[in-house]
Amino acid sequence: MARTATAPGAPTTRLGKAAHEIDDRLIVAGPLRRTLNKVFPDHWSFLLGEIAMYAFIVLLLSGTYLTFFFDPSMREVTYEGSYAPLRGVEMSAAYDSALDLSFDVRGGLFMRQVHHWAALLFVAAIIVHLLRIFFTGAFRRPRETNWLIGVTLMVLALLEGATGYTLPDDLLSGTGLRIISAIILAIPVLGTWAHFAVFGGDFPGELIIGRFYIVHVLLIPAILLALIAVHLLILVKQKHTQFPGPGRTEHNVVGNRLFPTFAAKAGGLFFIVFGVIAALGGLVQINPIWLWGPYNPAQVSAASQPDWYIMFLDGSTRLFPAWDINLPGNYTIPALFWPTLVLPGILFTLLALYPMIERKLTGDTASHHLLQRPRDVPVRTSLGAMALTFYLLLIISGGNDVLADKFSISLNAMTWVGRLGLIVLPPLAYAFTYRVCLGLQKHDREVLEHGIETGVIRRLPHGEFIEVHQPLGPVDEHGHGQLAYGGAPVPKRMNQIGGARRAIRGFFTPIEEPAQVELEQQREERGVASAEARELTGSGRPSEGGKPQEPRD
Amino acid sequence: MTTHDTRPGSTGGADTAGPLHGGPDDEYTPEQLAAMPREDLDRLGARYDGVEVLHVEPGPEPGSALERRYVRQIGAVFALAGLAAFGFVVVYLGSGWFLPDWEWTIDSGTWSTLFTPLLGALMGLSLILVGLGMVLYARKLLPHETAVQDKHDGSHFDRVTTGATLVGGLHNSGLARRKLITRSLAFMGGGLGLMLLLPLGGMIKNPNTGNPLGRTSWAEGVRLLRDDGTPIRPGDQVAGSLETVFPAVPGGNRQADAATMLIRLRPEQVAESDPRAGQADFGYGDYVAYSKICTHAGCPVSLYEQETSRILCPCHQSQFDVTQGAKPVFGPATRSLPQLPLAVDDEGYFVARSDYIEAVGPTYWNRERI
Ligand code: HEM
Ligand code: FES
Repeated sequence: MARTATAPGAPTTRLGKAAHEIDDRLIVAGPLRRTLNKVFPDHWSFLLGEIAMYAFIVLLLSGTYLTFFFDPSMREVTYEGSYAPLRGVEMSAAYDSALDLSFDVRGGLFMRQVHHWAALLFVAAIIVHLLRIFFTGAFRRPRETNWLIGVTLMVLALLEGATGYTLPDDLLSGTGLRIISAIILAIPVLGTWAHFAVFGGDFPGELIIGRFYIVHVLLIPAILLALIAVHLLILVKQKHTQFPGPGRTEHNVVGNRLFPTFAAKAGGLFFIVFGVIAALGGLVQINPIWLWGPYNPAQVSAASQPDWYIMFLDGSTRLFPAWDINLPGNYTIPALFWPTLVLPGILFTLLALYPMIERKLTGDTASHHLLQRPRDVPVRTSLGAMALTFYLLLIISGGNDVLADKFSISLNAMTWVGRLGLIVLPPLAYAFTYRVCLGLQKHDREVLEHGIETGVIRRLPHGEFIEVHQPLGPVDEHGHGQLAYGGAPVPKRMNQIGGARRAIRGFFTPIEEPAQVELEQQREERGVASAEARELTGSGRPSEGGKPQEPRD
Repeated sequence: MTTHDTRPGSTGGADTAGPLHGGPDDEYTPEQLAAMPREDLDRLGARYDGVEVLHVEPGPEPGSALERRYVRQIGAVFALAGLAAFGFVVVYLGSGWFLPDWEWTIDSGTWSTLFTPLLGALMGLSLILVGLGMVLYARKLLPHETAVQDKHDGSHFDRVTTGATLVGGLHNSGLARRKLITRSLAFMGGGLGLMLLLPLGGMIKNPNTGNPLGRTSWAEGVRLLRDDGTPIRPGDQVAGSLETVFPAVPGGNRQADAATMLIRLRPEQVAESDPRAGQADFGYGDYVAYSKICTHAGCPVSLYEQETSRILCPCHQSQFDVTQGAKPVFGPATRSLPQLPLAVDDEGYFVARSDYIEAVGPTYWNRERI
């Protein structure tokens, strides 16, 4: 394979030559081209998973920084740092070093707050990402594996958050740890053994912070990282789902290639996510541990609240009635066991198994790459609404003392509202959502049949007033549209089908000539708009003349 | 590009090269490829990857007013991002040098209260602007192309041939026939697994040895001390008040399960008082002492509402009635707060008559009921 410098296609530039040298050794040109050419669908809801991933990267970076200063030890020390109100106070080395991070490390407080905000955002992004997967049916065959990995990631994220929250050993986190200890004790039969294994003895012992530390900085992050890698590898293999639309089929993906468009947008999103977290971390105080003071088992601060993603468990714990089960022989199943271990166990198991459950119930075992609009699957959407209502009620109940205080309601009333609400509201949410879905479906069909309301009222010769409708496609002899619904959004306003000129560009001042835009539009959209309206609702196969284009929702 | 070493042993034998490439180099000679414009090469490679570029809307025309406008905008965004980043550097480095010190001070409104917000604002602004610039670039200046990529199902050929290799390998190993080996492998696997897991046994401790969950450091004659270490006489507290007390042992006020509430009841409360069976004499005069550790999940109960005689736990709002042996009257707690039997020693200070007669704190499986 000896080549001369004049061989056709041989690189002449330095960069080209270097690339050649690299490919001679690593043989990456092929895989690299395949990666650069990978097509990504262009819809905002596909960015949610990315936001979670970027928040995770920020967590890794900021967390690593914190480990340079944090001392995960329960050794008693006396605080000597620059925060005067606590000087001379006995505390654990963990709390002491967390205070040092906040007051004696330049920029340390900023990093602590960045880390905490990133954690809050991480879990939030995961949950919203999960909702998008759920409500659009992206979990259906062949993507059940990624759904399972996703649920595992979410549970691990919660555990990661809970262990991290415990580390500074301040009053709030110590109170949280005490509750964790009680929850472990509440496991029937094995509880005390499990507690002594985890804590190395009675609460609190001297080991727990060190153990949680290694779980928080090594074990869970490593598993998260590995699972995210698998999650993404599977995604690349299976390719993305997409919403139905012109030219989009079960056998293709329509969108942008990775390079350069998608890479630029995704990279931009990364910086924006990072920037938002940094801004929050500097501007919005979070977990000011110096105000809580060191952990003291005899003290508690009122209205102590866990991070938001643990609130649902706090809520369920508050609402669950005082039902210890006393077994013969002096054995007890503590009431605490049900709301803190059994309930989340059931919730996460149902969530994990949902794709299998739905497959069983619907008998739909086919592969799906086209997403569904939530309205088109009213049962699933309503089930989701029901679950969300349940979850939100639990979260709200986690702060019921604050609410009771703010609105001067009796706490006991709030508890009962929560208890009854959990039983009554989810079914109502189901019924309501079901109605809404059907209504939306009907409206889509109506527009397809009768056309878009133009707002133009016409008086007929015999005096009747009618509104003129713009049909979306060919009509039959009664003037009824012949388009079938294809699972894609149906345009409902004239602007969406080119009824109005597009807006002139420019933020403060126009940067285009209106006349020029008009011309351009006449040139372009006259043909396209009508063609588009015709195809928008077809199956979208190119064989039927569908013209693939960028999504426009 | 390559020079051949022809010494013996360095050629690896008299082999001939097989197909040397992953791509379809046989179909496209270097000459053909060299003759194609770059755009066609791009499309060719894409097509080879199952990607069809259907439609390209070019960005604004080079040199047009629109382009210049966008270029200026985006350039400004990136420049501002750099400015904010340098701002961060100045604040970070300059504090305590040519700017005021960043370290914490007791009064607010100083540079130290501005330091962290400034770092956040500048870094946030800088990164958001970088992101914004990239997104703007993609939207305004890059051509908008619409591409379609084929999805492939698993290949039948791949499945059958892979299956044959796997099954063939297994078959050739003869494991299915050589039962003795499979059995000893299973035995070995079990042993190995256990062996590797067992060191975790170091974590196991018997929770029942010495009943650590059921005992505290209260004992007969142990004085009740305030957090500051002072003992308490009857009459020190006003009726209707509550004081948190600790056992007079080293580190008693840091122990997780010893914290106790000493409550002096008001006369009306004494009148309606209804202690638990067998614990009527646990109080001393109008004083009663209950464990401060919530029987629900172990938070310290803290809020005493003396008009209603209720003690509220801030964690999940269990409420205990102090006139009824601290029975839970609302919320998720199931058990009364254990009561500490009280007495007064020769010097007239409160002491415990014994440890709590039941485990304090949350319920567990084999907790003894009294
Ligand atoms: C650590 C947390 C997670 C990260 C970093 C992450 C990341 C991502 C990314 C970047 C994508 C591609 C973009 C997208 O479709 O949104 C994706 C897709 C996906 N994720 Fe996640 N995800 C996480 C958690 C979850 C959870 C909790 C679930 C569901 C229970 C889940 C299920 C899925 C599925 C099924 C896909 C494929 C969706 C499709 O192709 O349409 N992921 N994930
Ligand atoms: S810990 Fe007291 S109510 Fe839960």
